[in-house]
Amino acid sequence: MLKVSKSKLNELFDAIAAKQTLYLPVDRNDGASEYKKYESGMTMSKALNTVRSAKDFFFPQTENLVDFKMEGKNIEVIDVRKESEDFVIFGVRACDARSFTILDKVFLSDPVDSFYKNRRDHGTVVTMACTRPAETCFCKTFGIDPTVPEGDCACFDDGENIFFLAHNDKGQKFVDSISSLLEEGDARKLADVQEQARAVMERLPLAKLSTENFGGDKLNEYFNSDKWAGLSESCLGCGTCTFVCPTCQCYDIKDFNTGKGIKRYRCWDSCMYSDFTKMAHGNPRLTQLERFRQRFMHKLVYFPANNNGEFGCVGCGRCLSKCPISMNIVKVMKALEDK
Amino acid sequence: MQKAMIERAKQLLDDGTVKRVIGWKRGEFAYDITPAVFETADELDKDFVFDDFTAANVSKYLVKESSKEGKVLAFLKPCDTYSLNQLTKEHRVDRGNIYVIGIPGGPKLDIEKIKAKGITGITGIRNENYTLKIETIYGEETMPFYEAVLDKCASCKSKKHVTYDELMGEEGDILESNRFDMVEKLENMTSQERYDFWRSELSKCIRCNACRNVCPACTCENCVFDNPKSGIDNKAPADSFEENMFHIIRAFHVAGRCTDCGECSRVCPQHIPLHLLNRKFIKDINSFYGEYQAGADTTSKAPLNEYTTDDCEASIVHERGVE
Repeated sequence: MLKVSKSKLNELFDAIAAKQTLYLPVDRNDGASEYKKYESGMTMSKALNTVRSAKDFFFPQTENLVDFKMEGKNIEVIDVRKESEDFVIFGVRACDARSFTILDKVFLSDPVDSFYKNRRDHGTVVTMACTRPAETCFCKTFGIDPTVPEGDCACFDDGENIFFLAHNDKGQKFVDSISSLLEEGDARKLADVQEQARAVMERLPLAKLSTENFGGDKLNEYFNSDKWAGLSESCLGCGTCTFVCPTCQCYDIKDFNTGKGIKRYRCWDSCMYSDFTKMAHGNPRLTQLERFRQRFMHKLVYFPANNNGEFGCVGCGRCLSKCPISMNIVKVMKALEDK
Repeated sequence: MQKAMIERAKQLLDDGTVKRVIGWKRGEFAYDITPAVFETADELDKDFVFDDFTAANVSKYLVKESSKEGKVLAFLKPCDTYSLNQLTKEHRVDRGNIYVIGIPGGPKLDIEKIKAKGITGITGIRNENYTLKIETIYGEETMPFYEAVLDKCASCKSKKHVTYDELMGEEGDILESNRFDMVEKLENMTSQERYDFWRSELSKCIRCNACRNVCPACTCENCVFDNPKSGIDNKAPADSFEENMFHIIRAFHVAGRCTDCGECSRVCPQHIPLHLLNRKFIKDINSFYGEYQAGADTTSKAPLNEYTTDDCEASIVHERGVE
């Protein structure tokens, strides 16, 4: 297996960044980590989760869709789409890597979202295997193995070296582009590291969490459950869970009047917000109960109903850490199951 | 304390004084507490919790809870009572429909500060003589209690309850707090340094609105930023400058009403020190109009709502702006 010594990581990053834009998770001085554009000398974060997930690279919080220029009675429609630059996102965790598969099902099915596709085509996802999962991790629930992450190319850390495994042509192209810095290495120690991480996974507090009681056929059973009132009772109706979530993909389209024309843009939206689904006649989701229910039904019932059983959650644990009132999908699953 | 609180809540439910109890509910882990309403003794026994992580201020929930039929019992920490008083003053709660039991305040803990030490896989946390013993799946870790204290508790302004129907535990005093230290530090920066500080902090904002939605001073039925008819609704920023404006406008709107409960910064997923904006207003109001603490009482007129002939002139803004 090809590897690079960890002491030479910055040489490697410099080499990648010389050819295309490189994004790396880095530590902030407030203890959190976030993806930053690589600049020479930056150190990759050891954190499991960045606050914002890696979905931002393909589905940014805001983007312009089209411009309208108005002169008298003429309206000129200006296509603002530009070809994305080539870029590499390095150090993506297994949970976030799986989120792209979920987002692809939404944005790349007919009609294809050309904005999203453009970035997917030009972006290379290089993942990093987990060795020290947190108590909030439950990716295993969704069939993800964090010791062998997906992505175009996966990386593995045995303590001294980083090993590379290409999963597809794009990943192979990436490995080829840095091959002068890589050498053949002995992966025996790596197997031990993976074994240890898998053993830890079994001991995590959420290791037994299962999706067996959820899926597309559970609509009637859960939609009218009397549990929603209690679960949603203290929900603040903020958008934290949806905005840190790697799989939440709802957006709003709005027009901004520039005075000389219109900029039509889209931005992330949250089903937790009071004006989500607001239409001319009003809002069909009158209280926080309906809004709250929507988010979890979408992930645990509606999404699998429409996507061959695939759930709309990857178990990254961000909502567990970040919700201001500590209400989250794990508590919802456990409460709904508890009959 | 938790046991005594549960017992007292059960008595008050049982004798019909209250119909519901608002407090905190145990979570999956040692720290993920959810504010919750309890209606029966069984529910209290099963899930009610009061410990080092019950930091959430439940006062804002009383807007909704006090409008329901029957009294609600609220366990309030000293800082939470300031919020309730302010809500009472603004006629946002029905104080007569709330039975307040004053309970001891913090310092409460910030799990993010524990995790920032690299401690992960947390399965239990004990406080032994102000050393935290943290059980993890990777072994036991320790850290000093005071290094994990929430920022809002580290600069606590008062251990005194400003409103209550009954007290549990000993009453405390208003404290000499260090809460304006960081504001002073910012004031002493050059305008460029200060600008850079805030741009760097506010550019982290993801506009989740958690700060606004948790804020006991933000109780508008429909916020201008959510109202498509307001003309300034914005679900997302057109650029990072708009993000700054959202927070600054919000700070202006709660100026003179913010009690400095610190919930905005506690809930921010990006650790933006939003409370510093509010504290700047509090400090300025104190120096321009005399000491004023929002929520200290329910009758006094707020300085910004009252005109007196000794009020400072508007030119103070210009004079202070000169470096």
